[in-house]
Amino acid sequence: MKQFFAVLTVLLAIVVLWYVAVGPMNIRTSLDQAERAGEAVTPEASRDRQQVSVWILMAQNSGHIIRGYDLDRPRLPTPVQVGEELWKTTGEMVIKGRPMSKRSLIYHGWITLQSTLWGFVLGTAVGILGAVAIVYSRVVDMSLMPWAIISQTVPIVALAPMIIVLSSQLGIEGRGVPKAIISAYLCYFPVLVGMVKGLRSPAVSQLDLLKTYNATGLQAFLKLRLPSSVPYLFTSLKVGIAAALVGTIVGELPTGAISGLGARILIGDQFGTPLAIWAALFAAAILAGVLVTLLDIVQRLTLKRMGMGT
Amino acid sequence: MNTESTTQPVIEARQLDLTFQTNDGPIHALKDVSLTINKGDFVSFIGPSGCGKTTFLRCIAALETPTGGTLTVNGMTPDEARRKRAYGYVFQAAGLYPWRTISKNIKLPLEIMGYSAAEQDERVNKVLELVDLDGFGGKYPWQLSGGMQQRASIARALAFDADILLMDEPFGALDEIVRDHLNEQLLALWARTEKTIGFVTHSIPEAVYLSTKIVVMSPRPGRITDVIDSPLPKERPLDIRDTPEFIEVAHRVRDGLRAGHSYDD
Repeated sequence: MKQFFAVLTVLLAIVVLWYVAVGPMNIRTSLDQAERAGEAVTPEASRDRQQVSVWILMAQNSGHIIRGYDLDRPRLPTPVQVGEELWKTTGEMVIKGRPMSKRSLIYHGWITLQSTLWGFVLGTAVGILGAVAIVYSRVVDMSLMPWAIISQTVPIVALAPMIIVLSSQLGIEGRGVPKAIISAYLCYFPVLVGMVKGLRSPAVSQLDLLKTYNATGLQAFLKLRLPSSVPYLFTSLKVGIAAALVGTIVGELPTGAISGLGARILIGDQFGTPLAIWAALFAAAILAGVLVTLLDIVQRLTLKRMGMGT
Repeated sequence: MNTESTTQPVIEARQLDLTFQTNDGPIHALKDVSLTINKGDFVSFIGPSGCGKTTFLRCIAALETPTGGTLTVNGMTPDEARRKRAYGYVFQAAGLYPWRTISKNIKLPLEIMGYSAAEQDERVNKVLELVDLDGFGGKYPWQLSGGMQQRASIARALAFDADILLMDEPFGALDEIVRDHLNEQLLALWARTEKTIGFVTHSIPEAVYLSTKIVVMSPRPGRITDVIDSPLPKERPLDIRDTPEFIEVAHRVRDGLRAGHSYDD
């Protein structure tokens, strides 16, 4: 409950800050509109206004500030406007019986979610297998780990188009697979690092104990290392699925995709509809929140079942 | 047990050496260590940190490999004995798996060694009773006190019925009242199971109270300075610690420790 109020306080602060910011961010657009409507603004000429800071504009045209909170194409929409746009493109579409319309964020979110989940599964598998190889082979540890780190320093925006081009050369149709690969590229790393740490978490005395039983390597892996790594795995998975979502959206941005949340953001930018961008952005954030929360629930249930929950 | 088997050597070390190579030069963890442990002995190793008492126990368990001398366990090399699961080892930390119940923890070695499910259950019940933990099998480790956890770890070491029990400061992290209680229980357990026990400690009263043989060691290089055969009877109530015999043995241990170790270091 205490945490709930803490979160609520931060949320409230963000909303207040947001509303305060809408004024200066939208003042120029507001004044342009007021000028076109034939109302008095200072300075009168649009060109002259370019030379003046937003603070002076606000001071000289305080009557027009309020206009900035209800623009069709605001530089910065208000939270209520974003909320309305979100509702228009989700809930209202459902009520109209067209949840999978091309204008519906549910449709675009579903496209993004599919690639995210495929990328997550692929990235998790690569991460876990890589971690096992690193923990059990010194050679792999020395050779693979540096590459894994370097892989994350390459800007994914630059890699994404290449992955799309190369996979189409291999005869892979559509964007689903390359997007999943880009998503997995970002997702595998936290899983790899977390699992390496988890598989190495048993104390030396724990491994010695198994040696006194003359246990095989496989037994040590299944009975000690793997269960020890479970808490680490879930922490990594939560980071990994958020990274997978970012990877998918990035995969949709520079590749001319027409569906998916990333495509909505890009199209919104090209057509000058900031509300669409913000709605897609929030849809992505909500999707990430839901995915992480679901994993958190699975983590709690698993650890409780294993007797490690509190 | 007949008299013949009580004098049968189980562990024999002859001029054992172990040198670790470190960046700061070689460290002589063990130097010229010779010792015979007979079947049914309760042998304590006592000495300050770095005297090699734990290292010697680990050599017996084949967790360390000596660099010189000979060491046999049940007439085999330590590694052969390890493969034949000749001993149970108890570490200072109970090291129970938090994701397993006490019963499942005790089953760990049994699963690894391939016992049938029915036999696993039977043995778990037997050793739980031995360490006085009946009824706690279904609990998770965090639900037990530190002393109970250590008893569970002893039960785990007893489960597969090895003749030798090696214990590395098993009660070192427990408070004195719990430790007294566990010492008493350990003696009772030893009397019932007739195991050969190697026990590392740095508590003089603990060593004297438990042991039939006390091995006093000193550091740099790690070596044996005295081996004391205890004159105390096998039956030992806790108040035996107030008898003159007990105090005399304790005194001799203290002298041995002082002789082998400069406390100005």
